[in-house]
Amino acid sequence: MNDALLDVRGLKKYFPVRRGLFGRTRDYVRAVDDISFQVRRGETLGLVGESGSGKSTAARTILRLIEPTAGEARFDGEDIFAMDEAALRRFRRRVQIVFQDPFASLNPRMTVGDTLHEALHIHRIARGAAADRRVHELLGLVGLAPEHARRYPHEFSGGQRQRIGIARALSVEPEFIICDEPVSALDVSVQAQVLNLLRDLQDRLGLTYLFIAHDLSVVEHMSDRIAVMYRGRIVEIGPTEQVIRQPRHPYTRALLAAVPVPEPRSGAGKG
Amino acid sequence: MANTAPLLEVTDLRTYFDTEAGTARAVDGVSFAIEEGEVLGIVGESGSGKSVTSLSLMRLVPEPPGRIQPGSSVRFRGTELLELDEERMRRVRGNEIAMIFQEPMTSLNPVYPVGEQIAEALRYHKGLGKRAAWARAVELLGLVGIPDPEQRARAYPHQLSGGMRQRVMIAIAISCEPKLLIADEPTTALDVTIQAQILDLLAELRERLGMAMILITHDLGVVAEVCDRVLVMYAGQVMEEADVDTLFRDPRHPYTEGLLRAIPRLGQPVERLAVIPGGVPSATAWPVGCRFHPRCPYGWELCVDAHPGLFEAGVGHASRCWLEKHPERREAVRRETGGYAAKVPRTPAEEHHRPAAATGEAPEPERSPPEAPPRPFLADPDTEREVER
Repeated sequence: MNDALLDVRGLKKYFPVRRGLFGRTRDYVRAVDDISFQVRRGETLGLVGESGSGKSTAARTILRLIEPTAGEARFDGEDIFAMDEAALRRFRRRVQIVFQDPFASLNPRMTVGDTLHEALHIHRIARGAAADRRVHELLGLVGLAPEHARRYPHEFSGGQRQRIGIARALSVEPEFIICDEPVSALDVSVQAQVLNLLRDLQDRLGLTYLFIAHDLSVVEHMSDRIAVMYRGRIVEIGPTEQVIRQPRHPYTRALLAAVPVPEPRSGAGKG
Repeated sequence: MANTAPLLEVTDLRTYFDTEAGTARAVDGVSFAIEEGEVLGIVGESGSGKSVTSLSLMRLVPEPPGRIQPGSSVRFRGTELLELDEERMRRVRGNEIAMIFQEPMTSLNPVYPVGEQIAEALRYHKGLGKRAAWARAVELLGLVGIPDPEQRARAYPHQLSGGMRQRVMIAIAISCEPKLLIADEPTTALDVTIQAQILDLLAELRERLGMAMILITHDLGVVAEVCDRVLVMYAGQVMEEADVDTLFRDPRHPYTEGLLRAIPRLGQPVERLAVIPGGVPSATAWPVGCRFHPRCPYGWELCVDAHPGLFEAGVGHASRCWLEKHPERREAVRRETGGYAAKVPRTPAEEHHRPAAATGEAPEPERSPPEAPPRPFLADPDTEREVER
């Protein structure tokens, strides 16, 4: 699989559990326990699992926001865990993350324009008038208006904040975006706006996504392939249609069976 | 059941809050009834007023800043709850009407064993002795599917998982065999496999105890699986009411239609999801006329000029929409723009300042959406082409 933009092999992340006053390590929580997967250029790999399954820890480890316990991760052939400062900075320009709660990741004292300018400045992408143009372009890209640059995060609704989070991720012109539960905090009517936006952006900009969510129907809608995580392991991975229609692993089957279907079964199953 | 009075009858309920931004009309004229043993779903997004409705029924809205307006009525088995003194209301709460919330951890007392907390309710409401109350508490924990209930009764809330805590809350709620259980997003904080277990448990308990239930949720899937009848709330009002089959098969209100088409469905992939443009408005400034009109693909002048009533749309089916009085318009809009399918998403720039007047200025209101949005870069090229054809 040479077209893999991200290639993860045998990734492990154990958290020590300390007990007692002087905290000697007695045990480990195997948050991510030997997972391997590839994400090909231009595709969306959905990573689905319940809380505590290790999906977010996997993402943070790949971004080196936390250090791995063991394993290998290559981005475009380059070993992520061996990167020095300079390489890491280049890597973080090419890979971005969009979080569930954009409000927590936006500086409340900075206008949206300043936030976007800062990213452009740090990564030396644009300055002055060019930067202004780029900020307006970014806001347009995510469906916001130029005048929104002068406003503060609290002045926006949840859906708009997520658009800002996406604009910020896009500001450094990444190739790869990790979307970590990007619509979980949004209302149903706004969720579709953000999902459509993410897909439009992928088509227009040729982005590659690792799309993490607990909602199977959202993951199905977004993904070319799906990996199902359970207790730190990937229990099943395959093309979306196959995983949804012909799940092989009992856990995947249980997960699919548990999803409430928005179609009443004409009284059947009800009291 | 046709001849008996409903178990609960809510008439013109209005709950307002005084805020710095003005009066928030969180619940603004809600009426509904629920029969014994029935499961009524109240579905809506954040800010629709569904939770304030349920808190108002229990008189748990903090006053001030909240106040239930004069003229509101909540009759439970013939008794007007809004006129009861606090002492008698306390007898109703937990005893005849019980409630469970989204986050059980905040409703449980962290310093008492869970069995103790169930026993307390039994002693207070049922006058049971200490020993009898404890025995019944253990029995209830078994009833809600907690394994090894005798041991678990001695556990503290933090020692239990989220699903187990919600089971404890349900055990407390049903301990006095209430006639009505109000469940406010009872499974929202839970994983989907645990959610399925809790929903099954609620259905089973309802069957065994014959209690009625109000299930408040934003999840249409949960509604479809559990409820008999549904109220769709938006902007403090009931937008549509129907039995659950009818609602999903023949949604009449454009908001309901939009919600149903905006959710991805497992095993039924679509290229694009339908989008309800904009966002939920603020309770201090509901749009004039129909409160949904700024986001509605069918809206026209009438929707701005006049507030629609809850019009009958069939047996036990009602929709707060002018389309019920002008059915020809629904088809006309669908023919011309495809309704939601080809509706050009309004940019969020307009989410909050809805120029109500703009609609009237459109030269041909039959054809144009309330306002021509700026460059719709989000628009699906395919659907755009379709519009031109």
